[in-house]
Amino acid sequence: MRFSRSRRGRSAVVAVLVTAVVAAGYVATTATAKSHDTTTLRVDLFGDFGYHDLYKQFEAAHPGVTIKEDIESYADHHANLAKHLATHAGADDVVAIEVGFIAQFAAQPQNFVDLRQNGAGSLKSHWLPWKWQQSTSPNGAQIGLGTDVGSLAICYRRDLFAAAGLPSSREAVSKLWPTWQAFIATGKKFQAKAPAGVKFFDSGSNVYNAIIGQANPGYYDKSGKVIAATNPAVRNAWNLTMQGIAAGQSAGLSAFSTQWNTGYKKGTFATVTCPAWMMGYIQGQAPKTKGKWDIAAVPGTGGNWGGSFLTIPKQSKNADLAFQLVKFLTSPASEAFVFKQTGNLPSEPGLYSSKPIASFKNPFFNNAPVGKIFTTSARRLKPQTLGPHQGDIQTASSNAIQRVEQGKQSADKSWSQFLKDVKNVS
Amino acid sequence: MKPELAAAPDARRVGSLTLRERVRRLDTKASPYAYVTPFFALFIAFGAFPLLYTAYVSLTDRNLLSPTTHFIGLANYSALFHDSYFWNAVENTLAIWLISTVPQLLLALGLAQALNTKLRARTLFRMAVLLPQVTSLVAVALIFAQLFGHDYGLINYVLGLVGIHHVYWEAGRFSSWLALSTMVIWRWTGYNALIYLAAMQAIPDELYEAAVVDGGGRWQQFRHVTVPMLRPTIIFTVIISTVGGLQLFTEPYLFDPNQSGHTGGSGRQYQTVALYLYEKSFGSSQFKFGYASAIAWSLFLLIAVASLINFLFIRRIRSAE
Repeated sequence: MRFSRSRRGRSAVVAVLVTAVVAAGYVATTATAKSHDTTTLRVDLFGDFGYHDLYKQFEAAHPGVTIKEDIESYADHHANLAKHLATHAGADDVVAIEVGFIAQFAAQPQNFVDLRQNGAGSLKSHWLPWKWQQSTSPNGAQIGLGTDVGSLAICYRRDLFAAAGLPSSREAVSKLWPTWQAFIATGKKFQAKAPAGVKFFDSGSNVYNAIIGQANPGYYDKSGKVIAATNPAVRNAWNLTMQGIAAGQSAGLSAFSTQWNTGYKKGTFATVTCPAWMMGYIQGQAPKTKGKWDIAAVPGTGGNWGGSFLTIPKQSKNADLAFQLVKFLTSPASEAFVFKQTGNLPSEPGLYSSKPIASFKNPFFNNAPVGKIFTTSARRLKPQTLGPHQGDIQTASSNAIQRVEQGKQSADKSWSQFLKDVKNVS
Repeated sequence: MKPELAAAPDARRVGSLTLRERVRRLDTKASPYAYVTPFFALFIAFGAFPLLYTAYVSLTDRNLLSPTTHFIGLANYSALFHDSYFWNAVENTLAIWLISTVPQLLLALGLAQALNTKLRARTLFRMAVLLPQVTSLVAVALIFAQLFGHDYGLINYVLGLVGIHHVYWEAGRFSSWLALSTMVIWRWTGYNALIYLAAMQAIPDELYEAAVVDGGGRWQQFRHVTVPMLRPTIIFTVIISTVGGLQLFTEPYLFDPNQSGHTGGSGRQYQTVALYLYEKSFGSSQFKFGYASAIAWSLFLLIAVASLINFLFIRRIRSAE
């Protein structure tokens, strides 16, 4: 962005601002004028959560309530929420927070309604234990209720496995890697006979993050102290990833980059750590690979990547009504409904044995029983204490792994810079 | 002072002024201020106030995550002075700016000279050079990031045809600077060329006729007539390019293939100062607003110094007089 704005450009901006202020004032007055008989609840999301029919149900059950939905992009959404909380203005009544950001916001419980005050504590048993814990603040306040989870499995290319002389049925493949050590060892076998230009996994940091996710504790100990430098589990995850990279198993791509997308189309990697929502992503990126993919269990003890929470900022003027809505949207019935609409996996294990989920299969992935695979993985994951700088530490680790993948630094040098970065951000 | 002096002898007569006269007097005195008020009101609200408030915040430890803020004097600036990532960002910014601005302005000058001749479809060409300017910056950055891709990028493909090994443009330090400079050059050359062209057309023909009479060839005309006459325009474009180039943000931000593009590559090889500012404020979850404000003011000083040096340097072009 080059900021050589002309004065004309600036006055255009000003004109827009003035109009916006006037318009906002107008809207505000009409809203207050009407507030005697109607209430508007605003819901702020970062994508389509499949809620539209549920809003209608809620409005029908609560006469005089209108629900308006705002959708922003993933990155803007969370940055704007931070601004709204800091300035104590502008936040909607209900705001979704993705798991990548939840620890950061859970660290500021003073800005959110503690849902325990509304009796949410009695609902705790509905959720997966780790899902519940993620939206619990260090001081015990419950700032949000879980919507969906990503869970975690390994998506793999059957054809490439067969070409490298490995078994290709999902049961046999799952048995190849009960642990992450076994996963890397399988990678060595794969790489020895792999088709030209094909790597075992897409990116070192995707593997590393999956290993870290199972560690208990991970980057933070129970008291909220950063222990990345001293926790042997972190070092172990690093060493395993480095072994894989040193053996030439990584395609060295960053998740969601255009090169990564191309990698799906061209089949340049044989496995990818795979949450439930990744199925749709792969299908969208590489529709021609239908039937070549299958899904095996994740090594170790389950996992998760993605999923969200619904929170109520303290500045909401309709907090009690907002809680009713949050409770309704995250109820087992609603989550089952959303699953049917969008395929988002519920975060409430009570639903996992219900027929639509337990019998869910995906034809794109060779009819893998994905309902069973992902719910088993989600159930097995143990709660882990997260901290406010979780995301920054993850950025630092991804950079550190990439420096090794790109051949810019030795593993040891990159590790010490990673520890320096961790100290810097936390 | 003058109006007041003139008004003084009238002072005794004030009581006898009609309402109409008073209004008229007020009109001539006050209305000019009323005319300029909107600009100054907006400037104070959206220009001066944020500037000064940022200066104040840079002296505090303000953090979005912490409810309290303390005055800490120049501690942010001294921390910044010892922050190796900040100096890395300064180095990157200056390097990218240098290898983008110098070729860009030279190219623009050549392009303007070419457009100033009697071409067929002249207006079409003149419009065409401005096209990159109206392209969305996001689209430019994304497409160039693809062109400079490692495995499937067009540039590596072409290099491969002549037997050159694939370059990891994004990962390398100099190669990433080169890629980013290409984006800047592509986007801004035409804009500067049009500014030069406008100035060239204002140069009186007599000067060229005199040069021809004196036996000057085309190159000598360009060197001894065109460039000196363009001096004020060149100073203008150099300053504008400096101000813009040192604030480079979107190109490096979108060039990073990682979702969190605020570190400017895995080794911060192309993190600019503006990007580092963003990392410390909104890009990550650090929200160190005090520190980020200190970066903002340091960037301001950097631009001021760089512009001054440029100004002094360019002024040495022999004046037309």
